[in-house]
This record gives sequence, structure tokens and C-alpha cells, in this order.
Amino acid sequence: MSENKVQTITGKAIAIHGNDIDTDRIIPARFLKALSFAELGQYPFNDERFDENGKPKDHPFNRASSEGAKLIFANSNFGCGSSREHAPQSLGRWGISGLVAVSFGEIFAGNCEMLGMPAAMATPEDIATLQETSDRNPLAEFTMDLNQMTVSCASESVSVPITIAEGRRMSLINGHWDSTGTLVANLDKAKSVYESLPYTSGYK
Amino acid sequence: MARNTLYNKVWDAHVVTQLPTGQFQLFIGLHLTHEVTTPQAFDMLKERNLDVAYRDRTVATVDHIIPTDNMARPYADPEAENMMAALEKNTRDFNVKFLNFDSGRQGIVHVIGPELGMVHPGMTVACGDSHTATHGAFGSIAFGIGTSQVGNVLASQCLSVDPLKVRRIEIDGELGPGVEPKDVTLYIIRQLGVQGGVGYAYEYAGKVFDDMTMEGRMTVCNMAIEGGARVGYCNPDQTTYDYLKGREYAPGDDVWDKAVEHWQSMASGPDAEYDDVVKFNGADIPPMVTWGVTPGQSVGVDEGLPDPSSFEGADSATAELAYKHMQFVPGQQMGSVNIDVAFIGSCTNGRLSDLRSAAEIARGKQVSDGVQAIVVPGSQQVKKQAEEEGLDKIFTEAGFEWRNAGCSMCLGMNTDKLVGDQISASTSNRNFVGRQGSPTGRTLLMSPAMVAAAAVTGKVTDVRDL
Ligand code: SF4
Repeated sequence: MSENKVQTITGKAIAIHGNDIDTDRIIPARFLKALSFAELGQYPFNDERFDENGKPKDHPFNRASSEGAKLIFANSNFGCGSSREHAPQSLGRWGISGLVAVSFGEIFAGNCEMLGMPAAMATPEDIATLQETSDRNPLAEFTMDLNQMTVSCASESVSVPITIAEGRRMSLINGHWDSTGTLVANLDKAKSVYESLPYTSGYK
Repeated sequence: MARNTLYNKVWDAHVVTQLPTGQFQLFIGLHLTHEVTTPQAFDMLKERNLDVAYRDRTVATVDHIIPTDNMARPYADPEAENMMAALEKNTRDFNVKFLNFDSGRQGIVHVIGPELGMVHPGMTVACGDSHTATHGAFGSIAFGIGTSQVGNVLASQCLSVDPLKVRRIEIDGELGPGVEPKDVTLYIIRQLGVQGGVGYAYEYAGKVFDDMTMEGRMTVCNMAIEGGARVGYCNPDQTTYDYLKGREYAPGDDVWDKAVEHWQSMASGPDAEYDDVVKFNGADIPPMVTWGVTPGQSVGVDEGLPDPSSFEGADSATAELAYKHMQFVPGQQMGSVNIDVAFIGSCTNGRLSDLRSAAEIARGKQVSDGVQAIVVPGSQQVKKQAEEEGLDKIFTEAGFEWRNAGCSMCLGMNTDKLVGDQISASTSNRNFVGRQGSPTGRTLLMSPAMVAAAAVTGKVTDVRDL
């Protein structure tokens, strides 16, 4: 499944400033009532981007320069809070393909991986550099490279190292992030674990 | 690396294999599902022509979107009706046990799993909901997961996961009067931060937890996620076994001793090693109240609000944002804050002991003028038991609304929402911006007794002064 390989992502970046940006802010709960993820691309950060009458507010996602952006640079604990996959789904369907932050809410990072979206980490100083660069030049193109483990911007002479759990990196670069098939292929082995657990047989 | 902790033992018993990526395939002993995070997962099964692998380890209920007042079908909200219909159809098509209203066992997924005796020590649990950590109170390892992972568990009863580190949080001493498990969990989050637990499983230990009821332990484990930890647990002990005994899905008398023996063997050993240990004293914990927009932004109820500049780096920006949203000022006392809404319920504090504690405060008093106060039991069974004890009368006579079981105003996916910038005193777990259904709404998290006290006085009140 080579088309699933995620190795480099190149595009404009959006800086989202602030720690502890929770999943309720990324996608408010009322959008979770949809039976499909298909429409969610319209709604990331909805309540921060639009006032109660639907009038756009000043938000990075509303700026013309952000159109087509592929990367997000965020601070620490990005995506904390609920397990709603709707959060990375809404970002992904809006057009985001990768995120770099000081740290992530863990369930959020796991959900990103399930969608083939790398959620990589960088030091607070390097995040500040990335955010400052994209704020200053919103049209600058960055490349997130999971082989080199860097995010760089040639036109601005910026390059910083990133980290991601090795298992996650391998599943992304080899295109194995869609793990359902792998897990199902091991159903035989799972069965022996099931049978070894005292509670599955009622402790008989 | 931690060794010989409950976490390690449960992990070892459930590892299926190491995957080519280096991650581990872990067998999940109990999969709890609900309407909000499953439709796309069932669709995935259909698209890929997969079936539910272990029906006997899978159960569904409905909690997030249902109205808690007028339950007549079709629901007034067409989207809620569609979600409910989808769950009914999916559980029927895939032959998954659905604890719907007519079972008498419907309720918030994290309330019904334990009360039915489904969650046992030494188990792995998963649910498409971050507060799955609740089930760790029984000495299980319980993961909150996203929808694609729900699909994985349905299809394979397994998750692909990286191992966690283990931090022991030891609280000795005695809790003071008026201090509840909710205060303990808010205190821990304030001390260790909302990111402190990232990468860790939290083991809660020490006298305070030894003395705590199962329902209290559930309240603490429930909010492990708010402290950044994916998983929180207490080691099983006699309190755990006494709670489980006789419950519908608990082991019967014929195998009881064998089950207990197994459960005991899963507890962290005396020689357990941890990646980190932190210690607090129970006597230092006051009744807590949040003032900001993360569960870590809390103070003791008699403490003044902190100066944003007292926080480091980006946390001071988060504090400024919180002040702006909450319309509070540094130095202010929370005791001066008037409330508009009081909400008692949720998977954190919607159990019988929570309702008892709130009713104790509400008894013979009246909800303050202009305050809307609602009590939403965590499950149909909690509701029934509370009514048998007459708690519903105490609440309704005091002017509280007595509702049906569901998530309700914890996240405002049904019709129970804050309006405009209303302030709510809430027993739920998240004070995030917009969490209770209004983008400008304001949430103050506190214990059930503190919320009841706020309801009857109309303002944040130190429950010790009532
Ligand atoms: S009560 Fe609140 S936190 Fe708990 S499951 Fe429902 S929505 Fe989630």
C-alpha cells in the first residue's frame, strides 16, 4: 500500500498559539452529531472563527494566506481533552496533513496516527522559531520530513529537528498506519490471549 | 521502567504480539460503546466486510445525545434521533448487546459498566470516550480511544499501543470535613498540571485511597485524563471485591474465591518499581473550585485567584485567556461569584453517593432565585435507587429539576446548554471554553456538595460554612 506512505509533507503552515488547546475548541461537541466525518472540514475552530451570527473573526484559519496550508505549529498539550476523532478529522478534511507541537494530548496524537497525520514534537524554542517564521511569512513553504526528522523552510533558512515515537514514525513512513488489517491478521494470536484470560471463561 | 505494578501485570497478560512498527497489539477485555463515536466505526466494518470479533466482550448504551426531560421518540432534535436510530440499527445488524432504556440498565457508559459488575480487576477496557479511565478504579487498565480505534477493537478486539510509564501518586493522611474525591482529583491536577500525566499511567495509592469508596475512586480515576494521563487506576482491595459481589456480571459464588485470588495477584507487588512517585498529604486538600478554562486552573474555595504572571511561559498566556473568558480578575475571591446554573451529574459525579452528598446539603433549603438547578442521575439504576431513598423528593422540594439518565449538560449535546455567558457550578469534569453548549458560557467545576451549596446560596460557597 505504497500510496499510504507518509514521508514528507510540503506546504504553508499555520501557527496556533497557546498551550492546552483542547478538542472542544478544535471541534465543538454539537458537530459530533453528524453520522459521517465528511462535512467536518468546514468546522475546525468554528467558535473561535465565527461569532454567534456567523460573521468571521480574526483567526489564523480565516486568513486568505492560510488557504491550502498543510501544517500546524502549536505549543504544548495541543488536542488535550476528549477522545473525539472528529478533531483531527476536521483539521485533516480542512487540508492539514501534519502537526508539530511541543506536546499533544495522547488520545489526539493516537487519533492523528490512525488517519496518517504525523503529530511530531519539537522543543519550545524550535516551535517558537517555526511559529515566528510562519507568522512573519504566511506564504513560506515548509517541509516536514519523517526520514530526516526535520521541519525546514529553505526560503527562510530554517530547519529544526522533530521527534515522534519510533513506532508511529515507522507506521507512517512504511504506510502501515491503517492498522485494522494488521490487527485482524493476528486474530489467531489474539484468540490464544482471549482463552488465557481468567475472566473470559468466567473464572472457571 | 516500572516493574511489577498492576499496569505491568495487566499489560503482560494482554499483549498479543509486537507489531512490525514496534508498537504492541493488546487484547481488550471489555469494549464499551455508545452512540456518538461508533457510527463511522460500524460503517468501516461494513465497507471492509468485517464482523465484530468478540460479541461477548462488547456492549453498547446510549448517553451523550439523549434528552433527559422529554424522551418521546422521535426526539425533537433530528440529529439526535438519527444518531439513536443508527445505534439501534448497528447493534441489531451486528448483534451487539444494547443496554437501551427498556433494559432498565441504560446510562452513562462509565456509570453502567461498573454498576453492572462488568469491569473486573486485571482487565483491559476500551471505549470511544476519554473518560474511560474511570474503570481503572477497579484495577483495570482502561483506554479512551478515537473512532478508528473503536473500529479496530470491534474488528479485532485489539488495540495497537505504545507502553506507558507508571507514576504512583501517594496521598496519606486524612481528608478534612467537606472534602470529597472530586476535590482530591482537582487538587492532583492543580499540583501536577494538565500535562503532567502525558506518557504516564497514574497509580493512586495511600491511605486516602485505601479509605475511599469505589464511587470515590471512580471520580478520581475519571479525571486522570484531565491531568494528561491516559490511564489511572487504584489497586484492587476488599473495598473493590465488596463492591463487585452480587452484581449482575460479577463472578458467581461458585467461582468467587478463585476470582478474588486472581484479582489479588494482579495488584502492584510490594517490590513494584515506578518511573516516578509523588506524595501529597490529604489534610492539605481544601474544597476546590476551578476559576479558568482548564481543569488545572483551580483554587481552594477560600483562596484568592492567582496573578497570571505567577505562571511560567505559555501558561501565563493560558491564564490571561482564562481571565478574559471568565470575566474574573486576579485576587478576586471565588466566594463572590454568583451562579446562574447548577448541574449535578456526569460520569464524574452522577452516582448514588454523589447524589446523596448533594441532597444532604439541599435538604430543607431552596434553590436561590434565578438559579436553574438540575440533577441528572448517571444511569437508570442510579435514578431508581435514589428514588427509593427519597433523594428525588429532597431535590424537587428544594426546587431542583429531577431528570432522566444521560450526559446532559456535561457537554451540551442535548438540549441542556448554557445560554450566553451564564456561569454554571458543575460536577462534571471539563471547564473548556464552550464545553457546556454556549461558546461564551462559563463553567466552575466542583464537588456535588459544593454545587448543591452554590445552588441554594446562589453563589460559590464554602461547603464547610453551611
Ligand atoms: S458525562 Fe460528560 S465526560 Fe462523561 S461520558 Fe458523558 S459527556 Fe463524556
